[in-house]
Amino acid sequence: MPEMRLLDAIRLAMYEEMKRDERVMVLGEDVGVKGGVFGATDGFYAEFGAARVLDTPLAESLIVGSAVGMAVNGLIPIAEIQFSDFIYPAFNQIVSEAARMRYRSNGAFGCPITIRAPYGGGIEVHGGLYHSQSVEAFFSHVPGLKVVTPYTPHDAKGLLKAAIRDPDPVLFLEHKRLYRSIRGEVPDEDYTVPIGKAAVRRQGTTLSIFAYGQMLHESLRAAEQVAGEAIDAEVIDLRTLRPLDVETILESVRKTSKAMIVYEDNRFMGFGAEVSAIIAEEAFEALDGPIVRIASLDVPAVPYADTLAAAFIPNAERIAAAARRLAAY
Amino acid sequence: MPVEIKLPQLGESIHEGTIARWLKKPGDRVEKYESLVEITTDKVNVEMPSPFAGVLTEQLVAEGETRPVGSPIALIETGAVGVVVVGAPAAQTVHAVPGPAGSDESPPARPAPPAVTAGLASAAASVPAKTAGGARLSPLVRKLAEEHQVPAAVLETLPGTGAGGRITKEDLLQYLAGLGTAAPAPPQAGDEVVKLSPIRRSIGQRMAQSKREIPHAYGVIEVDMSAVVAWREAHKDAWRRDGIPLTYTAFFVRAACEALRVFPIVNASWSDEGIVLHRAIHIGIGIAIDDGLVVPVIHNADQASLAGVARGLEDLSRRARAGRLGLEDIQGGTFTITNPGVFGSIWSMPIIVPGQAAILATDAIVKRAVVRDDAIAIRPMMHLGLSFDHRIFDGAVAVQFMNRMKQWFEEFRDGR
Repeated sequence: MPEMRLLDAIRLAMYEEMKRDERVMVLGEDVGVKGGVFGATDGFYAEFGAARVLDTPLAESLIVGSAVGMAVNGLIPIAEIQFSDFIYPAFNQIVSEAARMRYRSNGAFGCPITIRAPYGGGIEVHGGLYHSQSVEAFFSHVPGLKVVTPYTPHDAKGLLKAAIRDPDPVLFLEHKRLYRSIRGEVPDEDYTVPIGKAAVRRQGTTLSIFAYGQMLHESLRAAEQVAGEAIDAEVIDLRTLRPLDVETILESVRKTSKAMIVYEDNRFMGFGAEVSAIIAEEAFEALDGPIVRIASLDVPAVPYADTLAAAFIPNAERIAAAARRLAAY
Repeated sequence: MPVEIKLPQLGESIHEGTIARWLKKPGDRVEKYESLVEITTDKVNVEMPSPFAGVLTEQLVAEGETRPVGSPIALIETGAVGVVVVGAPAAQTVHAVPGPAGSDESPPARPAPPAVTAGLASAAASVPAKTAGGARLSPLVRKLAEEHQVPAAVLETLPGTGAGGRITKEDLLQYLAGLGTAAPAPPQAGDEVVKLSPIRRSIGQRMAQSKREIPHAYGVIEVDMSAVVAWREAHKDAWRRDGIPLTYTAFFVRAACEALRVFPIVNASWSDEGIVLHRAIHIGIGIAIDDGLVVPVIHNADQASLAGVARGLEDLSRRARAGRLGLEDIQGGTFTITNPGVFGSIWSMPIIVPGQAAILATDAIVKRAVVRDDAIAIRPMMHLGLSFDHRIFDGAVAVQFMNRMKQWFEEFRDGR
């Protein structure tokens, strides 16, 4: 089984799907000749040709809107939003059109599009205000839309394939910091990872940490930091934000009695709020401590300066400190 | 419409009651305040008066069955229109009162809450979100405590290892695990299981609670009872003619009152806020009855003469053995005397009644050879044993307290 980076696994998933099914195609800014700003579609233009690898204008509304039109006419488009920070012009197309297509048409039409969007801050090149945002909370709110964000290269390939094959729209969020920092074994064979299932990345009994993306990475590091202090943290990779794997969340909380949710988005009304509410409603009597959210500060954006960005985004040390407090509660 | 009659609240720490005997059959006419049913609890037996006039249409609970406070037990057709649900008025204490040691903390019987709150009352019997001490309990701890029926008093005193002394899941599980290790060997063939009577269960809980929560320390001294024995022998017949049985216990109570006045710290209760020194002296007396022990209380014992104490003791023990003590007879004790000496014990270390600082055991008065003026003399001697809560006072006080009693006994003269 070859070891590869998250980015390679994403590229491989798309490549294999385009090989497998000629209806599958990609469109987006610089995905063609350039092969994508991160290289996710590197070589696709030469391999599959201009008809299946479309360079688009800088107009996200058009990218998603065109994808919706292609989808209802029988194609399986993968739309790349270059940075999730730029997704807002497409908000209307995603929310009002793609997500509601099946409902609006009484089941007659699906909208099998996959929208890939690199997201997240803390990258070495000063992402700043326009290249660092976390957008999952906006879209996880919408019924009809699936929201996925992988952590391991194995999941990246399997989940992206599942997204491409899904008969309804999937927003596939890829944390930029994981692209080249995470390596893992990826099977050669064709496989999918089911959307809607969380994964227990570390078994533990003291408290449960729920996270995804880069914050999962930080949470796993934090769990190791506190492991020597008789704090045995269970770390769960949510990996699908909607539909959420409530069962796995509750099972873990019922075991540990304490829950932390870590996310990189702003704290207020972030994804952790929903997880927290579900735990409070469904597992109230299992709780032996307050549900804790660790998130970025409620300021307008990820700062440009490295020092400020570091203060803004949670890291393993902050998570470990919160875990110590919760464990001692 | 029939009115639902609920099991009344019969005291603060009473959560359930057993239907001992129905006094009315279905179809019987029952007047308001007429006795409807006899209810046994772990503290008192009561006759519950009917809150309504009407016809008893249905007994919802059979004799011998136990229900939580607030449970419906009967339906009475009042002839009134509309659905009515009511609680019972205060149950009247009538007879049979096996109240175990420590029953003193019950408040006086009071009117049961009105019907609407009857449900709430039973909910309140479950574990509250906070202990009386103000410690917050997590949802999980509350649930575990409820599932395992951990008494509120235990939650009050369980040492918490969480933030600010909070009781954590682990604390409670550890406590429960500790209980588990005390599990007895399972019954073997030929063994007999004696069902726990309410009084036995209550004694068990209270005594275990005391030993669990109170750090007991002990002291024993020897008293020469010559003066008391002589005086009693000289007067008891005359007293009996006056209808007063002059027991040694009456002397013990008087002596204890004298010493308690001098050492108010012995007449006290431990609390997180501080040590409560009780102004009044209410002395509980352990009395053996058929299926256990009751501790009726002589209230304001220090204000009674020897004759008054003797009369009070006679009344309480007669009613205790007849099972006719009321709630008010068994509550409010601030100090307890137990007298295993009547059974021949010469050395006893009793268990403190929870909520009190000490318990005194008076042992058998036995003639022994003792040294008096460098000669061997035969004297009626008695051991006094004091079990005390070492949180409240220390050994020096315990011995001084008993020495004060010793002095009272040994210097006893007419008219004390």
